[in-house]
Amino acid sequence: MSSLAGHQPRRGPRSILPWLAVPALVLFTGFAVIPLVGVFALSFTTWDGIGAIHVSGLTSWRKVLTDPGLPHALGVTFLVMAVSWAVQTPLSILLGTFMAGRQRYRAVLGVVYFVPLMLSSAAIALAYKALLDPNFGLGAGLKIKTLSQDWLGRPGLAFAVVVFVVSWQFIPFHSLIYQGGVQQIPKSLYEAAQLDGAGRIRQFFGITLPQLKYTIITSSTLMVVGSLTFFDLIFILTEGGPGDATRVLALDMYKRGFQASLMGPASVIAVILVLVGLALALLLRRLGGRDAGASQLEGV
Amino acid sequence: MALSRRTLLGVAAGVPVSAALAACGSSGPGSGGATTYWYLNGQPQEGVRAGAVKAFNKAHPDDRIKDTTFQNDAYKTKIKTAIGAGRAPTIIWGWGGGTLRTYAKAGQVEDLTPWFEEHPEVKKRLLPSSFAAATVDGKIYALPGETVQPIILYYNRKVFDQVGVKPPESWDDIMALVPRFNAKGIAPFSLGGQSRWTNMMWLEFLFDRIGGPELFQAIIDGEKNAWSDPRAIDALTKVQELVKADGFIKGFSSITADSNADQALLYTGRAAMMLHGAWSYGIQQARGGNFVSSGGLGYMNFPPVEGGKGDPGNTVGNPAQYLSLSSKASADQKKTAKEFFAKGVLQDAEVKSWIDNGSVPIRLGTEKLLAAAKNADFLEFTYDVATKAKTFGQSWDQALSPTAAETLLDNIVKLFQRSISPKQFAANLNAVTSA
Repeated sequence: MSSLAGHQPRRGPRSILPWLAVPALVLFTGFAVIPLVGVFALSFTTWDGIGAIHVSGLTSWRKVLTDPGLPHALGVTFLVMAVSWAVQTPLSILLGTFMAGRQRYRAVLGVVYFVPLMLSSAAIALAYKALLDPNFGLGAGLKIKTLSQDWLGRPGLAFAVVVFVVSWQFIPFHSLIYQGGVQQIPKSLYEAAQLDGAGRIRQFFGITLPQLKYTIITSSTLMVVGSLTFFDLIFILTEGGPGDATRVLALDMYKRGFQASLMGPASVIAVILVLVGLALALLLRRLGGRDAGASQLEGV
Repeated sequence: MALSRRTLLGVAAGVPVSAALAACGSSGPGSGGATTYWYLNGQPQEGVRAGAVKAFNKAHPDDRIKDTTFQNDAYKTKIKTAIGAGRAPTIIWGWGGGTLRTYAKAGQVEDLTPWFEEHPEVKKRLLPSSFAAATVDGKIYALPGETVQPIILYYNRKVFDQVGVKPPESWDDIMALVPRFNAKGIAPFSLGGQSRWTNMMWLEFLFDRIGGPELFQAIIDGEKNAWSDPRAIDALTKVQELVKADGFIKGFSSITADSNADQALLYTGRAAMMLHGAWSYGIQQARGGNFVSSGGLGYMNFPPVEGGKGDPGNTVGNPAQYLSLSSKASADQKKTAKEFFAKGVLQDAEVKSWIDNGSVPIRLGTEKLLAAAKNADFLEFTYDVATKAKTFGQSWDQALSPTAAETLLDNIVKLFQRSISPKQFAANLNAVTSA
């Protein structure tokens, strides 16, 4: 890569640049680093959230790590992560590629697809809960048998609904990322392929997908790490139920901490959540190859 | 670079939930300023509570109370967080029992025993049975208020007539009614199972009717393996038999009580019966069109179980609602709150509003008012159930500590889904309630 130094204006902006990071850093320290330290400290205590905090060493850790609820919650979390990734990624790539076209009707559709992203998760969850109500919902209202299932009352169905709603909410966002990615691909590649006689499908698999490699990694990181924090949506839709069929780690943490008044074990789960998130982010970075700055456009 | 942006992203993504939850407390009032009072929303109860505050504020323009309302299930979490963060409202609305005990043990609520000694007239005008859940180790930590709410077996008379059956007089009758209603495509029982405490009411009655109040008392007292008592296992098995026989509405696991959908099922005739608190009467009256006024709603105490030793007159539910005083409040706030306790709570106008809305206030000597009320039949029935019961059991989730209550509610859901057996249920709970 060529050096950017030559394009940079001299003194002024360069000395200001680090200061521009200060607001973000202050917010990040206040809302992420400090609570993180607090949570870590709390994980070695016994506290009901109301009375005095007692230091209790590894009691909370032992309690959580031997609880069969933990592997279950971890399993549900990873399953939601994997299935929602597998549903969202292909659909987002296809939609993104479609929206990248310059035709006007595609731009209009792009705006329509964008709508779910503008709604709050809580509103989405409440709307779906009402629509899926087995007695007063859409299926019962329209008298359609297949639609009046016990959507949120049966473990498998409830899980599928959670994945569906999550995908419905976030596919627009990821499509947008892919749209940007596709528009970055040089036209010349397609022109060359066309001259060589490659069809549209061949072009998609031969050019578009490989060129989107880094976009896929970025979008997957956001999906995977973001799925660790699904809370509001699941909390309102199913409260982790039926039973504990959709009880993801974040929900388990909330239930232990704020409903069962076990702040120690809840903090342990919070620490586990952070560790899992970090590990996943690092892993995905590795998958992206050693040199993430390497160009995909060699020789263009 | 040691920390990449993605690493930071990962950290940031993991934290917001806890950070956001911790931040919840910050919206509460501090220890200075106005006297604050948090309570539950939802009509018609919300209107009565707000009315009492409004009347008090009108009479005390210089010591006004600022009230804020919350949804039932959300409030249970919110209030705990606020108290833990030292940002409790001056007046804490609650259910007494195990949660109040936690507050009292942590020194978060004021001991009101001396205040009651100074104001004997307040204690004298309230139902004596309402004080048990306000008392921790012999000291009174809350003022009982509002209404007595036994759990009642409601039924839809129109549906019963349509199918040609009579209300159940025993557990066997209940089991015999189930196939009759199912055959007509009507759910025997409505149930808002996602709210969890709704399922719990079934166990409360079955435990009492089969084993008497001693059975649950042994659990409260922390006796070892109290849940494994054969009578307890019998009650747990009976409830699973009812689930298995399709006794509850299809999809009960995803119905919430906060949305009143369970009650809508009863007044729209999709379900024949429902076990619910006395407060449900007012809701059905307000939302059910002419269902209540046309005599569609029937009600009775839970029937006896064959061979059980519990008195069929016993009941369970909320003996009252409770107002505590935050010990963190300023002297001025406490003064205003105590003035409200003495002159603002359960005054004549509030008593009348409760009665008009179909509830029985815990003030003594209201028989005449009840008899003259629009809903006299139901009110006198509730008053009789509440005052004549040999034992008025407090709702389990309120009687137990919050930690034990959470395990209880979680396992109750699994029991109703039949994903655990009665024996597993008992083992899971013995682990948290044995002292």
